[in-house]
Amino acid sequence: MSKGRFGEFGGQYVPETLMNELIRLENAYNHYKNDPEFCAELDDLLKNYAGRPSLLYYAERMTKDLGGAKIYLKREDLNHTGAHKINNCLGQVLLAKKMGKKRVIAETGAGQHGVATATVAALMDMECEVFMGKKDTERQALNVYRMELLGAKVHPVTSGTQVLKDAVNETMREWAGRVDDTHYVLGSVMGPHPFPTMVRDFQSVISKEAREEILRREGKLPDAVLACVGGGSNAIGMFYHFIHDESVRLIGCEAGGKGVETGRHAATMATGTRGIFHGMHSYFCQNEYGQIDEVYSISAGLDYPGIGPEHAYLRDSGRADYVPVTDEEAVQAFEYLAKTEGIICAIESAHAVAQAMKLAPAMRKDQIMIVCLSGRGDKDVASIAKYRGVNINE
Amino acid sequence: MSKIREAFQNGKAFIPFITAGDPTLEDTERFIVTMADCGADLIEIGIPFSDPIAEGIVIQEADIRALASGTTADKVFDMVSRVRKKVSIPLVFMTYLNPVYHYGYEKFFTRCEEAGISGIIIPDLPYEEKAEADGPAAAHGVELISMIAPTSEDRIRMIAKEAGGFIYVVSSMGVTGMRSDITTDLPSMVRAIREVTTIPCAIGFGINTPDQAEKMAGIADGVIVGSAIVKIIERKGSGAAPEIAEYVRKMKDAVLRAAK
Ligand SMILES: Cc1ncc(COP(=O)(O)O)c(C=O)c1O
Repeated sequence: MSKGRFGEFGGQYVPETLMNELIRLENAYNHYKNDPEFCAELDDLLKNYAGRPSLLYYAERMTKDLGGAKIYLKREDLNHTGAHKINNCLGQVLLAKKMGKKRVIAETGAGQHGVATATVAALMDMECEVFMGKKDTERQALNVYRMELLGAKVHPVTSGTQVLKDAVNETMREWAGRVDDTHYVLGSVMGPHPFPTMVRDFQSVISKEAREEILRREGKLPDAVLACVGGGSNAIGMFYHFIHDESVRLIGCEAGGKGVETGRHAATMATGTRGIFHGMHSYFCQNEYGQIDEVYSISAGLDYPGIGPEHAYLRDSGRADYVPVTDEEAVQAFEYLAKTEGIICAIESAHAVAQAMKLAPAMRKDQIMIVCLSGRGDKDVASIAKYRGVNINE
Repeated sequence: MSKIREAFQNGKAFIPFITAGDPTLEDTERFIVTMADCGADLIEIGIPFSDPIAEGIVIQEADIRALASGTTADKVFDMVSRVRKKVSIPLVFMTYLNPVYHYGYEKFFTRCEEAGISGIIIPDLPYEEKAEADGPAAAHGVELISMIAPTSEDRIRMIAKEAGGFIYVVSSMGVTGMRSDITTDLPSMVRAIREVTTIPCAIGFGINTPDQAEKMAGIADGVIVGSAIVKIIERKGSGAAPEIAEYVRKMKDAVLRAAK
């Protein structure tokens, strides 16, 4: 079995053209992750540029209203650029810079990862090109313009189904054409080794902070932590330092779209089968011949037919649970959090909030849950209005 | 001698690629016969995949057309079984790992053997991961064809030493598609390969004109052409056979010039 495995999942299934580059990347990462200077630089950026540590906010009104477990929100939405994606981008772009790269490329779904990559590229004076499914450029037009403001070039991807998986395909193709001066800033814990491990490490700051702070404030561990799952980066970031705390339930919330029974969803864990795609052995939504399905979610960031290999391993080993949450449930949670706590969260994160709303009332008042609010919802306001039949002119 | 070696006994080999099911499997069957009649020494048959990450736009679109026409691995096996009776040159598959993995390695390579497939090219199965398909493929007489890229450098010897069938020398960075310039130092890549193995080398990616084919055949044992043929099918659809015939003849003549 090759490198980068989580049980049988993971691996390095990429064209030969990329192999030496992946090996160089792995070596560079293994070197710099233990380099005090690199770590100090990254810490400084996380603190003074991204605004870490992010708040661990006690959602008191929500807790009282639901009448069960005490709910804390890990406020990744308050990071610079408005999502957890910046944690990974600061790490990877800094690493790319150390490797002597001059240019970064990235895929993006909702546009949050593209914005975060463009932001850090601007900060570190790197060229940046972002590949985004044409359909996503239309439903997330605001983020396209944000990336352009930040100096990035955005390529609408017209191949295939014109969404996130096609953007990943196109970015891989671009990378295979130009590795010398270019690093591919993969946006989630997916793809070939070393990405699932490296991105997880960069995102694990979420649970590192949350674990320390909850112990300080409550004197005990939470009973459950929840996060939404697209590729799975905010979720693995939220889970990581709790994996060995066996009393802590880990719950990933995937996009149930219009309902798993309708076939219009992106619920990989609920309906997917094992496969090997985008460089990794994991679970995928695919047909009986291994053709990758066109998936659907109201949330562009969860609209992905696979899941990171470490999640596949955590699920199959029984350590974490994954549940589908529908569009309607997520939209209701989006509205509920706005009215109850005055927080407009990303529609992706609202999938985790929806599951928290189901779970909290069934838990005791002395129990604690932490929900990862992976991003803020400004980008989603127009599409939620549309979902509710309200016409707003921007 | 392996069946694939036969393809390299006629001077230099001309190896066309075609996407199965584009525009229909009946057309593919006819096109294979046409290409064999016009001098193709080995044919690569693409099993279409929804997300062909090593492919440029021309072959991506062929995959979309083929899938839209209802092409499945099972139907491709049936087509190959039929065409196998009409042509004697070696046939190899080119596809991505997921359709093979999902079909089941054992079952997939059993069907390859029954249909008369001699080898398989899987671009997203690099050296480090090949062990998982190697055993079942070899057990059914299907050779895994290794790719060596312009970035392979220190990996060339390692890959070449264990390679079977022929070595697919990737001419350029990036994905498949027609190119006007090929700038990689291919002679030194081929020299490095020849230091460790005697199996034939064929150069592919980007080749489309007879001049390029002649030049590449001067460096290696054969030339692989995909997008240029798929492009003819994109333009002519079911009526592409005459133009394919003319093109294959022209290209085979060009590679033979290099053999002299
Ligand atoms: C706010 C937000 N949350 C979650 C995700 C999903 O990604 P992941 O599962 O990698 O955290 C995205 C992706 O775009 C996002 O923008």
